[in-house]
Amino acid sequence: MRKLSVFVAMFVLSASAALALSGAEAINQRRELMKADGAATKSVVAMLQGKVPFDLATVQKSLNTYVNAMSKEPALFPPDSKTGDTNALPVIWDDDNMADLNARFKKLGDDATAALATIKDEASFKATMPGVLKNCGACHEKYEAKRS
Amino acid sequence: MRARIASALGLAGVVVAAAAATAWFVTAPGGVSAEVAAAVSEPGDPEAGKNVFYIAGCESCHMSPGQKDPLRLGGGLELKTPFGSFYPPNISPDPVDGIGAWRAADLANALMAGVSPKGEHLYPAFPYPSYRRMSIMDVRDLFAFLHTTPPISGRAPSNSLKFPFSIRRAVGFWKLLYMPKIDQSLAVDPTDEEALGRYLVNGPGHCAECHSPRDLFGGISASRRLTGGPLPDGKGKAPNITAEGLKDWSEDDVETALSTGFTPSGDVLGSAMTAVVRSLKEVPEPDLAAIAHYLKTYKPGAP
Repeated sequence: MRKLSVFVAMFVLSASAALALSGAEAINQRRELMKADGAATKSVVAMLQGKVPFDLATVQKSLNTYVNAMSKEPALFPPDSKTGDTNALPVIWDDDNMADLNARFKKLGDDATAALATIKDEASFKATMPGVLKNCGACHEKYEAKRS
Repeated sequence: MRARIASALGLAGVVVAAAAATAWFVTAPGGVSAEVAAAVSEPGDPEAGKNVFYIAGCESCHMSPGQKDPLRLGGGLELKTPFGSFYPPNISPDPVDGIGAWRAADLANALMAGVSPKGEHLYPAFPYPSYRRMSIMDVRDLFAFLHTTPPISGRAPSNSLKFPFSIRRAVGFWKLLYMPKIDQSLAVDPTDEEALGRYLVNGPGHCAECHSPRDLFGGISASRRLTGGPLPDGKGKAPNITAEGLKDWSEDDVETALSTGFTPSGDVLGSAMTAVVRSLKEVPEPDLAAIAHYLKTYKPGAP
């Protein structure tokens, strides 16, 4: 009987560990998503500046990268990812700010989804894309500080 | 014996008094020269002054908090620093609470000498060691531009500083150590990209104020100018923006980052730099190109 309860306890513990994301793993996943966002942004910024020709498929790929990342971000800030190898500021984990951060993720996701429908050519791209990109700075201004 | 003690005490008293008088004398706030005061008092061009305003990013500190109009300059934003909290003042043209009653020479004294119209030292949280390098024409034009913004009533709270930083007169000692000893020029040649870049970075742009390490008393370390430093709010670091720090960036990358806010990897300039980029969006391309050119070639230790 005692053996069984130990067994059950071990099972429950390992199962919950598998469900909850470790802090380090969350930080890692955040970084990977942000890296993909950066690569996506790099190509649209070059297009906005006229350094590379407009290409609708590339723009849509970038927007889809944002939509995907923003759907995943809210789950990647568990309490134990507050410290570690991250530039995310600890203020994120204050109650009001966590709600604000998640609202900002949603807004970029929504704006990118709307832009997928709106952007059909270079003119609509140049009219719409800067508004989408504005979301980046708004969030990084408040919640990020480079450490080196 | 008693007479000897009395005279020794008297002598000590005289020495202390002389030291105090010397300290008082050397910390006396001094304004700009009469020539500079006269030159800045000529009428300025508000359109050119708008450019100076955004190069310096005046609104980042002076705009009324909790709203988005950069030209509502009522002040009052709290700047938390290790010395205590600073509250940048109202610089709108309101005659009572702002700078509406100032003469152009008052603005020159504040920017170029760190002295208020009342003749007191200003704290170098207001980056006048950089603004001291501003040209007479830029100060004149900025003065004209500030008068085109809407008057806002209400004053910022008083600074709340820890002792001994609360002793305003002591800023005089700080100035003896760190105030650059240079003469103001009338204008900078806009066709000389190198000179323009040096001027914008070190003068109105005041880049070195965050992007440099500071020594024990809070002065910029000259030999490590622009090599990066801790942000004043204690959250993170401003990076090295010298030729060495930017070695993986092209001049065009630097200009793109300043004008769009995005780095070569597509990362966004965050933290305090986001507000800087917001200001620089209003600045013409040749100025940003000059800044990029200067930074890409800058080696610390050079002037």
